[in-house]
Amino acid sequence: MSVRSQIIAQITQVAQEQDKHLAPLEDALELVDSGLDSLCMAVIVARLEDSLGVDPFTAAEVAGFPVTLGEFVKFYEDAAK
Amino acid sequence: MPQNDAGSLWDGTSAAGNLSDRFLSGADATVTLGALDGGSCLGGRGGELRGRSVLVWTRDQLTAALALIELDGLARRLVLCPSDFSYEHLPFVIDQAALDAIVSDRTALESDIPGVGSFIPCSPKIVPANYDRGAGCQTEWILLTSGTTGQPKLVAHTLASLAGAIENTRSSPTPVVWSTFYDIRRYGGLRIFLRALLTGASLVVSSTEGSMADFLIRASAYRVTHISGTPSHWRRALMSPSARRLAPQYVRLSGEIADQAILDHLRSFYPQAGIAHAFASTEAGVAFDVTDGLAGFSASLIAGSTDVEMKVEDGSLRIRSKLNANRYLGGSSKPLANPDGFVDTGDMLELRGDRYYFVGRRDGVINVGGLKVHPEEVEAVINRHPQVRMSLVQARKSPITGALVTADVVLAMDPATMNGQAGTLQHEILELCREALPRHKVPAAIHFVRNLPVAATGKILRHA
Repeated sequence: MSVRSQIIAQITQVAQEQDKHLAPLEDALELVDSGLDSLCMAVIVARLEDSLGVDPFTAAEVAGFPVTLGEFVKFYEDAAK
Repeated sequence: MPQNDAGSLWDGTSAAGNLSDRFLSGADATVTLGALDGGSCLGGRGGELRGRSVLVWTRDQLTAALALIELDGLARRLVLCPSDFSYEHLPFVIDQAALDAIVSDRTALESDIPGVGSFIPCSPKIVPANYDRGAGCQTEWILLTSGTTGQPKLVAHTLASLAGAIENTRSSPTPVVWSTFYDIRRYGGLRIFLRALLTGASLVVSSTEGSMADFLIRASAYRVTHISGTPSHWRRALMSPSARRLAPQYVRLSGEIADQAILDHLRSFYPQAGIAHAFASTEAGVAFDVTDGLAGFSASLIAGSTDVEMKVEDGSLRIRSKLNANRYLGGSSKPLANPDGFVDTGDMLELRGDRYYFVGRRDGVINVGGLKVHPEEVEAVINRHPQVRMSLVQARKSPITGALVTADVVLAMDPATMNGQAGTLQHEILELCREALPRHKVPAAIHFVRNLPVAATGKILRHA
């Protein structure tokens, strides 16, 4: 599975578990409007760390945090390289 | 009821009668109490310790038990070292307790200890000794608990505070034989040791070296009728096939929160036994027993007890009674009780209906995005799943919420033979959590593990 598809799968799964209504998952979607709150995001980041082996949020060289879903995916793709 | 404050431990033990039929049994030896009448485990040298401050540091719990019986009322102070006492803390304890003698079955220690006057070896080999125990002093008993600074805390009790409110075991058709998974040099185990001695029973002590199965087999060979331990001890015991060999009349839990799952497991495992869970701590002493088979305790207990005063303040249980320890030894320690005389246990309570439930330790709280989670309340929910034997909930760092909750879970089945059931079980356990808990308390991840570390205290090992 690609990094992108793992992220999409995790987001869908967590939204379902947490009973959240997800906005359509397009690259331009801003995460604050996605329907996921900070607890959902925390769970997604933790699970991605388990499955991908990286947590780009705590990596040292990070300049800025992702705002859109597209940036979020790229954030992980860059970290997983 | 024995008058514990009137005499020494030996006085109380012999007053309970029947010495020749009663015994103390360890992993390597068994001693009848009758042999201690005019006998010594210290080679007859106990008299040399009159008025001294003595460290009892033995490998074997039985030898410690014998030394305590011999020295109470004789020594000025007895410091009890549990099995995991570390040599590096010795200078600190020597200093704080003004030790001037050591009793041990570790003969190699003799040449190795600086600044302590006497070294007296002890062993389960009882030799005749008729020194005068006399009208002795009131010995101070010092228990060691883990401190926050890394050095142990020295908690001072007397025989009266340790043995207070011990009731005679209900009359039993067979001789009462106590046992405990606890080290008898810790509060929970020491209470059982004293209870056995002062109520005319025998005692089988545990061993650090042997396995759980060895201990259960030994306990069943001596027909143990009454047995105590922490919920973690019991969860481990019930995972051993040897637990079936025991046929206890009475099962007791203390030292950790007894959740409904472990109470129900014990009830179905030992249907003939009375099951009680108790609240006790080294500093606060025993506060109460709960015998209705339900987790938590009736709120009426708080106001209803006269011997043990209790109150809930800032969410934690506070206790004032003559079973409280007297003080911490050593000048630098904080007072043990608040100015109002109550000991703050740090154990947090929640009132649901007319019952209080322990939710966890004040210092164990996990902060998830500003919301508090007690690991123990999440574990109690996870433990309800019929496949779950033990669980440990811990914090995991999160860049988003500061921390998240995760769970390590021991299943009844071997993880190697799960054949793809892991996902289903994870899902079921999470469902259980979602139904019972607010969402910030639901674990972000569940990991199945073969076992969980239990500390020498019998409590599950939690990392700060």
